[in-house]
Amino acid sequence: MKSDPVTLLGPAGVGVLWLLTLLAFGIFGRRIWQLIGLLRQGRPENRFDQWGRRVAHFLKHVLLQPRLFNERSIGAPHFLIFWGFVLYATCFNWSLLRGLLPFLPIPYPDEVKIVSFFLEIFAVLVLGSLLVATMRRAFFAPPHLHLSLDANFILSLIGLLMLTTLFGSGFRLVAEGARAPGWSPFGNVLAELFADVPAASALKLSQAMWWLHMLVVLFFLVYLPYSKHMHLLASPFNVFFSNRGRLGDLSVQGTTEDFGSGASQWKELTWKQLLSGLSCAECGRCDRACPATASGYPLEPQQLIQKIKKHIVKAGLSGKPAADAHEPKLIGEVISEAELWSCTTCLSCMERCAVWNEQVPLVVTLRRHLVTQGAVDRTVQDMLANLTRYGNSFGKSDRMRAKWVQSSGLKIKDARKEAVEYLWFVGDYASYDPRLEEITKQTARIFQQAGLDFGLLYEAERNAGNDVRRVGEEGLFEMLKEKNLQAFAKAKFKMIVTTDPHTYNTLKNEYPWNGDGVQVRHYTEVLDELIQQGRLSLKKKLTGRVTYHDPCYLGRYNGVYDPPRRVLQALGLELVEMPRHRHRSYCCGAGGGRIWMEDTPGIKERPAENRIREAAALPEVPTFVVACPKDIAMFRDAIKTTGHEGKLAVKDIAELVAEAME
Amino acid sequence: MSDAILVLAEHLRGEISEITYAMLGAGRNLAKALNAPLYAVLLGSDLAPLAARLGAADKVFLVENPQLNLASAGTAAALLKELMAQQQVGLVLVGGTNVSMGIGSVLSVRTGLPFVNFCKKISWDGALTCTSQLFGGKILADVKLTDGRGVISIYPGSFPAEAGKSEAAPTTVKLELPVAASTVLFKRYIEPEAGDIDITKQNVLVAVGRGIQSQANVALAEELAQALGGAVCASRPVIDQGWLPLSRQVGKSGMTVKPRLYLALGISGAPEHWEGMQGSQLIIAVNTDPKAPIFDGAHYGVCGDALELVPALAEKIKAKKGAA
Amino acid sequence: MNLFVLLKMVPDTVEELNVAPDSPALDAEFLRFKLSDPGEQALEQALLLKEKHGGTVTVVALDAPEVDEVLFTALAKGATRAVKIGGDWSRLQSFAAGQILAAFLKAAGSALSADALVLLRSQAIDDLEGEIGPYLADELGVPYADVVTGVTVTGNSMSIIKEFAGGLRGEFTLPLPAVLGIQSAEKPPRYVPIAKVRAALKSAKIETVDVAPPARLARFALERMYKPEAGGRAQMLEGSPEAVADKLVEVLVQQGLI
Repeated sequence: MKSDPVTLLGPAGVGVLWLLTLLAFGIFGRRIWQLIGLLRQGRPENRFDQWGRRVAHFLKHVLLQPRLFNERSIGAPHFLIFWGFVLYATCFNWSLLRGLLPFLPIPYPDEVKIVSFFLEIFAVLVLGSLLVATMRRAFFAPPHLHLSLDANFILSLIGLLMLTTLFGSGFRLVAEGARAPGWSPFGNVLAELFADVPAASALKLSQAMWWLHMLVVLFFLVYLPYSKHMHLLASPFNVFFSNRGRLGDLSVQGTTEDFGSGASQWKELTWKQLLSGLSCAECGRCDRACPATASGYPLEPQQLIQKIKKHIVKAGLSGKPAADAHEPKLIGEVISEAELWSCTTCLSCMERCAVWNEQVPLVVTLRRHLVTQGAVDRTVQDMLANLTRYGNSFGKSDRMRAKWVQSSGLKIKDARKEAVEYLWFVGDYASYDPRLEEITKQTARIFQQAGLDFGLLYEAERNAGNDVRRVGEEGLFEMLKEKNLQAFAKAKFKMIVTTDPHTYNTLKNEYPWNGDGVQVRHYTEVLDELIQQGRLSLKKKLTGRVTYHDPCYLGRYNGVYDPPRRVLQALGLELVEMPRHRHRSYCCGAGGGRIWMEDTPGIKERPAENRIREAAALPEVPTFVVACPKDIAMFRDAIKTTGHEGKLAVKDIAELVAEAME
Repeated sequence: MSDAILVLAEHLRGEISEITYAMLGAGRNLAKALNAPLYAVLLGSDLAPLAARLGAADKVFLVENPQLNLASAGTAAALLKELMAQQQVGLVLVGGTNVSMGIGSVLSVRTGLPFVNFCKKISWDGALTCTSQLFGGKILADVKLTDGRGVISIYPGSFPAEAGKSEAAPTTVKLELPVAASTVLFKRYIEPEAGDIDITKQNVLVAVGRGIQSQANVALAEELAQALGGAVCASRPVIDQGWLPLSRQVGKSGMTVKPRLYLALGISGAPEHWEGMQGSQLIIAVNTDPKAPIFDGAHYGVCGDALELVPALAEKIKAKKGAA
Repeated sequence: MNLFVLLKMVPDTVEELNVAPDSPALDAEFLRFKLSDPGEQALEQALLLKEKHGGTVTVVALDAPEVDEVLFTALAKGATRAVKIGGDWSRLQSFAAGQILAAFLKAAGSALSADALVLLRSQAIDDLEGEIGPYLADELGVPYADVVTGVTVTGNSMSIIKEFAGGLRGEFTLPLPAVLGIQSAEKPPRYVPIAKVRAALKSAKIETVDVAPPARLARFALERMYKPEAGGRAQMLEGSPEAVADKLVEVLVQQGLI
């Protein structure tokens, strides 16, 4: 064909293209091979199950990217750039193949009218998207978006690809003396603009555009695995292999190694954890969602992932280190201890991450190593020692666990002595904290009045271990779990109801029930059911506006959003949602063992205070409803420290139910 | 007349310790009951001015020897044994303090006399009954010394110091006794961490304990202390957490304070703490636990959450002061 | 260094302590035991010294309920050897305990080597017959210091910090071998993860030795044991925080404090 762009360089053109292609693919291939080699050095982890669910997940989150649309300004642009990329990558390979093998009896992609049409449409859509992306970076950058030169450079390269396509098309039309307003709408506009260019020059220019396009793509190929756009290659795998099991379960599947002692160096992370960094697009969604980051604690989930990525690439790929070279320690030098202890394990980062990274289990893995070293905060040490000895974090005698029953005057069955339908696992806070004693008694009275057949484990109950596990004390978690399982084995019950969402999470997701059909339920679920069955006599209709705070471990972790809302509705209350509600709920700051730690000096505000200010800004909402004992402690305190006493009251949902039953 | 009662007079840096007066007061009562003389003994150097303060004793023995300043338990016990034989002493009172710790127990072993630790009360009804506190004050134990002979360690703060203070000039007797050389040598004093408020000089102290829950809440106490024109101090757990500097610690290992007002917030009143603040003129305690031992010794008690009370109290005090 | 740590189990005061109906002793039914707090500090100080100067840490305890757990924990923390002295010591008092431990240390021989240091609590909450540290030192013929909060060893001697009162401390020197009564270690006791304790349970061993019991376990019999009368002198103020604050202001005004 006359216009074969390879011929711009004469007969040598094909050779030059071969050379450049081999070079680019060689460098690219070598780099990818090295990166795969890095992942292979990580610990094993079984992410090769549930193929059906994985494929479905992949189709949804790679092809449709709903999580990107969570931030409106960039959702559609990214979507268009991504699909533009897919189209262009396909056409590039096609074009390349055709250029390398001139004898192939196929046309160049842009010579096919329908393809050329889409290439041009996408070129313009992508250019528009790039404009939005650039404007966003320049003028409306959200906090924690990593504004690197790297990103700008890549945006420019993509722009160049689009322009070369459009101009190539335009010049080709000029050279051919043809016009195609239908199939080549934008090339046609350019052809009109450059109609004066002599045909021969136009031909050369269109061929030059082709060469430029190919060169940019080949360069891009080389540059990509060294840049943040590595996410383009890694994140589809990351999404495919993301945790399709229960987020509330921290056990690692398919590893025989002792994961309980965590990781002190990068090779002790699993291959999936190593893949996280390569998949990270530096978009900052996690940082923007993180309560620790917002409060000024020394943690940014994105940085955590990025630091590990940089560390493994440096430590793993820099060739043979010099004898005296100091490889920085993963914990202490690359990542500080303070960073790790700042995490509340609230799951906001993971709920938001567009490439489905798993920051919380990573934090816990690293914490486990600190625990192995005994490098734990004094206050946490005391708590762990208490939990070891007394089975509760309060350091009180295990015999005092059900002391509240005596003073309540109620008779509550001992599930170890008589069969019950529900075993009420009360948990540490609701059992021991004097601030919560009255609420616990009220809950018991509600259950009794509803005729619920329930009992307690009394002094045999131990802390369920949710927070212990998330602090990183795997051994203690196992011990508490064993003791509870022994107690469960002695009791007769059909279902478990818990007060604390943290307890709920670990009992439901991390205890082996061996298919004996034990259902674990939160008390709000039970209250909801009792109301629906008409078993609760709600004599008094409550009135007024309330807002409801979704506990992290009830909502994000376990998807229980509606039962507490239905209960509030049934009581007659008007529910006014805070801006951040349901899966967007904002952590109180107590999770992951944070409730046992001291405030880091110099923080801006505590997460609970931030949350109270959010609620206080709602018009005429005097009641802040919670469904977690720790929330009572955290938010009542925050009400005081933010000066909202008398304006906003924190109430447990059980208190409101009790009020309506009077 | 029975064998004499001997008080080992404790002193530190040229001052008679409070416990010495408490022992003399207790000794005076016993001497009367047993019809026995009450002696005191001072070990160390420059003892004459110290002896003048011990008028409550019938006789004060002075054993001047620089080696006896802060002498080890073994050295002091050897000397006391000698003195007991020489002066017909049947009962020895020593201070249950960090300074005197260990002397009584070695002396008892060497003399074959029983030793009673943690003694809070002594009574005489033909036999000597010592009441000791065990397990941090949770349990009391009575021990009978039938012949009235033994070594008793007096628990700080159990006996009133006033009873052992006298203006009378005591009879002093200088004794030359052999002093065994010791390999435990005193080098220097290490002063309490300076540079902070001296809580021993405050009229009003707001003390915070474990019940204050978090460092952030120390500020609440600080505000109240300011309203009262005083300072904040703390019990050991709070200091151990690093919420306040060591110089603010009240108790056995910390400072001994005697303010006009001691307002204890979230302090349970462990004996170690009690020791450092019992001399306060007015003690008000706030604690969520109605059984907290602090209520046993406080003048006023509030069973409740200090964190709730303190802001209200600070407001009202400010209002009152503003009005006045 | 040749470090010995003598550990004492004491009743856990977190549990309610009751007096037995028939004898002046604690009711065994609800009694639980734990390592005495200063004992834990003594162990930590020994481990710190071992880390600095090398050598061995031998932890020694008289048999008592829950003592195995304490010894295994000590091993998990880094102690080299754990020794339990068998027998029924439930009625044992300080003096006899001192005799037993002295006999053990003498038999151990190495306790008197030039680089030996015996560490134990300064005082335990039930040392009714007094501290055993000075007695042990006497028996072994070595120097003793107590209420120690810091130890610096240089060659065959050491300097220690003793706590007096009012925040005042003193520095003393003494030669090795010696006995020290520890009040608190230079650093807070370390946390040892359960996995390590469990590993110690599997791999480490507690040596049990027998020492002839002394003729008398206590030097005197207790006359009576009882709980202090509850409810003290404090005049309790009741009501809402507001109401209580009002009452307190009244008291402070009466006392001329505001």
